[in-house]
Amino acid sequence: MLDLICENGDVQTQDGLWADSPLAIRGLTVTYGQKPAVFSVDMTVAAGQMTAIIGPNGAGKSTLLKAALGIIPSVSGRVKVFGADLAQQRARIAYVPQRASVDWDFPTRVIDVVLMGLYREVGLMARIRGQHRARAQACLERVGMQDFANRQIGQLSGGQQQRVFLARALAQAADLYLLDEPFAGVDAATEKAIISVLKSLREAGKTVVVVHHDLATVRDYFDNVFLINTRKIAEGPVETTFTADTLQEAYGGRLAATQVDQLQAVVG
Amino acid sequence: MIGAEFVPLSLPPLLIGTFAAVACALPGNFLLLRRQALIGDAISHVVLPGIVVAFLLTGAISTWPMMLGAAGASVVAVALIEAIRRLGRIEPGAAMGVVFTTMFAAGVLLLEQTDTSTVHLDVEHALYGNLESLIWLDAIGWSSLWDPVALAGLPPELPRMALALLGVGLFVTVFWRPLKISTFDEGFAQAVGIATGPLGLALVVTAAIAAVAAFDAVGSIIVIAMFICPPASARMMTDQLEVQVGWSAIFATLSAILGYVLAGYGPLLIGLNDAVSAAGMIATVSGVILAICARFGPCRTRAGAPSGIS
Repeated sequence: MLDLICENGDVQTQDGLWADSPLAIRGLTVTYGQKPAVFSVDMTVAAGQMTAIIGPNGAGKSTLLKAALGIIPSVSGRVKVFGADLAQQRARIAYVPQRASVDWDFPTRVIDVVLMGLYREVGLMARIRGQHRARAQACLERVGMQDFANRQIGQLSGGQQQRVFLARALAQAADLYLLDEPFAGVDAATEKAIISVLKSLREAGKTVVVVHHDLATVRDYFDNVFLINTRKIAEGPVETTFTADTLQEAYGGRLAATQVDQLQAVVG
Repeated sequence: MIGAEFVPLSLPPLLIGTFAAVACALPGNFLLLRRQALIGDAISHVVLPGIVVAFLLTGAISTWPMMLGAAGASVVAVALIEAIRRLGRIEPGAAMGVVFTTMFAAGVLLLEQTDTSTVHLDVEHALYGNLESLIWLDAIGWSSLWDPVALAGLPPELPRMALALLGVGLFVTVFWRPLKISTFDEGFAQAVGIATGPLGLALVVTAAIAAVAAFDAVGSIIVIAMFICPPASARMMTDQLEVQVGWSAIFATLSAILGYVLAGYGPLLIGLNDAVSAAGMIATVSGVILAICARFGPCRTRAGAPSGIS
């Protein structure tokens, strides 16, 4: 990866959070063809808190997450996970992709998907033992899906699929949880179940980063926000950063009338 | 079928056909679920220029240079497909279509422009192989299976195909978990550190090895049919990948044995004198199995398919 000289290049060396942050990104740029999807973005995720990545459609929210994890190639930038290189810290990261990114017709059962979360632990050839199954089952219980263990995944509703993805992330027993649009298209019961699991993770000292699209719930759910529209707009605690000004800057003229009303209600 | 006749005449083609069918069906399961099932078709087309180039270089029709040429052409094709897919940002099916028609055309052009036209590299041989001619003349009965002198006279396609099957089986067994995880959810697979790019390439190369070995022994009809028909039939029998792979091996074996027997004895039963091509009949049986599974299999309906359509 190339290093990009960013406008505030001194941050890389002087920022104390660089070393401690569960996820620190500097100068990350991703392009699709000639067009930048994410341009020179710095991000420093606060440990033990819940952070929402928000921005309009196509602003690079998911791209930022994927590039930080090396899932898609980046043109430039550096990523540190708990102060070390990503490759050494993969066991401490749990990633939940967008539900729609996989084929739910895939021939497998719910419990097998959760067991995929134990891949790093079990490895290539070792047997899946009773204790592994018990752990996977416990993770399903945490998301309220214990009765669906032997169901084929194609038979689940959207909300149930999302909970199974969360259970798989729980099975990874990570310290940093990265979720891509976990609340997209799920029912109210699932949304409640997911947020309560995420809050319990925070109580256990874990760090949670969520790509989020529902501005109305940001204040209730999250400690910090990260606003992005290809470039970083703002980053910080919800009270000080989630303001009408930053939202206007992030969304610009692209905010629909209904969203503006919603915004007024939320930020006052 | 007494051993004295069965072992030299029918056992080797039966085994070679079965090994070829299973070797193609195993990776076919993953290719099917990755929407890459067409790759078997692609490989059987692209090997032609490889075989012609190998012939031009060595000047003789001998097996190993041709297999190397075919394998080389497969690797070139896979690299080209990946390059076009990534640089052109188009779906894999389109990239495959571009590459395999071009390379097949190049093979035909080479064949016509050089003096290879005089030798026996014809369409029928390429399509159907010559399964029936793979006989074991040194065998006199079942006892020959323990006779080292007789075993030395086995058709070389048999150990070669067995080796290819062993390799494919080993690859699928060892990399089962990463293959399953990355086929289902590539983003997650990469996040947990699975090298999905090299793994996907290894899967295609494994499929190419199976295809080239089978192509040499039994022709490309079986290769194309076995990459798709047994896995697709198996998918409709179960909703579990482990069981699906088992079913695909059963269907592949069934197709090979039933197809061979029907090709040899079927025409006699309906009063005709000549036997039909075994490879063609094996492919036909696999197609019939697919049709039966598509009509009666327990897991035919897609999740999310509109209700009322079955």
